[in-house]
Amino acid sequence: MSTPPVGTTAVAATSRGRFDAHEVRSRFPLLTARRERPLVYLDSAATSQKPESVLAAMDDYYRRYNANIHRGIYAIAEEATAAYEDARARLARFIGAPSREVIFTRNSTEAINLVAYAWGRWALKQGDAVVLTVMEHHSNLVPWHILAAERGIELRFIPVTDSGELQMEALPGLLADGRVRLVGVVHISNVLGTVNPVGEIARQAHAAGALALVDASQSVPHMPVDVKALGCDFLALTSHKMLGPTGIGALWARRELLEAMPPFLGGGEMIREVKLQGSKWNELPWKFEAGTMAIAEAVGLRAAVVFNEELGMERIFEHDRELARYALERMIEVPGVRILGPPAEKRGGVVAFELGEIHPHDVATVLDHHGIAVRAGHHCAMPLHDRLGVPASARASFHCYSVPGDVDALVEGLHHARKVFG
Amino acid sequence: MGEWDELYRENIIDHYKNPRCRGTLDHPDITYEDANPLCGDQLRIDIEVKDGKIEKIRHSGHGCSISQAAASMLCERMEGHPLEEVKALTKEDVLELLGIELGPVRLKCALLILKTLKAGVYGITQWPGEEEETK
Ligand SMILES: Cc1ncc(COP(=O)(O)O)c(C=O)c1O
Repeated sequence: MSTPPVGTTAVAATSRGRFDAHEVRSRFPLLTARRERPLVYLDSAATSQKPESVLAAMDDYYRRYNANIHRGIYAIAEEATAAYEDARARLARFIGAPSREVIFTRNSTEAINLVAYAWGRWALKQGDAVVLTVMEHHSNLVPWHILAAERGIELRFIPVTDSGELQMEALPGLLADGRVRLVGVVHISNVLGTVNPVGEIARQAHAAGALALVDASQSVPHMPVDVKALGCDFLALTSHKMLGPTGIGALWARRELLEAMPPFLGGGEMIREVKLQGSKWNELPWKFEAGTMAIAEAVGLRAAVVFNEELGMERIFEHDRELARYALERMIEVPGVRILGPPAEKRGGVVAFELGEIHPHDVATVLDHHGIAVRAGHHCAMPLHDRLGVPASARASFHCYSVPGDVDALVEGLHHARKVFG
Repeated sequence: MGEWDELYRENIIDHYKNPRCRGTLDHPDITYEDANPLCGDQLRIDIEVKDGKIEKIRHSGHGCSISQAAASMLCERMEGHPLEEVKALTKEDVLELLGIELGPVRLKCALLILKTLKAGVYGITQWPGEEEETK
């Protein structure tokens, strides 16, 4: 059986190992669409734009081989199954994992909930503790709040410094009493851009008898991530931030854990055998994939992985960081700009900021009228904003299609916002 | 750049920079505080009522230009009026005062003052305009 073609993405790399972001941009239909005012998209941390190859792959699936997977005994069902499983295989390879350890979910939020509900309810008992950090996205807080209320487990938090880094000195103390069963940490903060030392955190967690969960929602889309090198036990990712479609994400977990854990959702496909009074679970990874999955989205995600691989994750990371560096440099020209988070060398392509006393909503609205899309608010990290003492912030974030001109437009927009509200 | 001029009309900027009825009251008959969790805006209103009339009304807190200007405008408009009139106030009244159209996110900014006012006076805690949906 042949697998359907994945849009080819020949890359315009220069000899110095960079890619030409303008050329990359030209492959994103939304960014090149004609509109009254050109769009300056600086909200890739919320969701990335999608290349033509991803759109084409999904379209091709629906037009040519749309069929439900796994159970069909006819050609297009087999083709769809092969494409779906190939998506898993490529995503697994992309993060350095075996295929059977990669579970498709709706997004990283669902991946983290899977851990909290399936592993947490099974493994945690009253008096156990879970360590998280003050810079977590709500999706790595709220599932644990629910579990804490249900099971009487204690939540502890690695504090954040004024410059937006984890206070690593606090971790040994948090782990000292041996009650911690899991340490959950965001790899790259979606507000501060801080790249956290998750390998070191996983090492310390293991030494204290705890497991390590990494929220890789912002890292897998922007840098090389290898689960073995990180040494963690669970890793959550989401397709729509890595140039893929919405509606699909994944949980990676070590096989022994997935085998020991009970299922998350029950239904079709996750079972091997069903009797009226009970059922036997399917093997990995299908044990955790109940019901008809997001097939077209898996096909789209596969094309996104191919696109990312061809650009090269090191190069994407370097590109994003260089833009962040340039943004920090240019933005401090604007009187009143206060940047949240660490210096450029410690961050990915995310820059959250305040502009004097001007409310981030007002900043974002003025920028919107310049055709510049930034996010304003708490970015689903209210505890972090509380910690930093700001009710809300504005945030610009980059991806492979972002160019220095986007930053220049932002800076001009900020000057204008100051004029309007000055 | 004509459009932002329209959004941030002079009257909005004026009320934002020079808010009317700003502050708190020492002996309010009604006091109520509310927030818009989406953007962290906070608003408190204090009202002194005399003979069924809003004798004095003050707003305090912090927020974006739209929420601040709306608070300033609505308080200015209601001071001296019968408390009863609060009941009849609608989302459209606030938008008319502001004189602009707003998307759904910024609409909440504009309506925070009305929501706070209605909650303080009548205990109605839904967003103005959404009362029917939640019935
Ligand atoms: C750090 C982080 N974690 C989790 C999420 C949740 O992602 P999703 O909404 O796709 O589940 C996001 C994105 O909003 C994020 O930035």
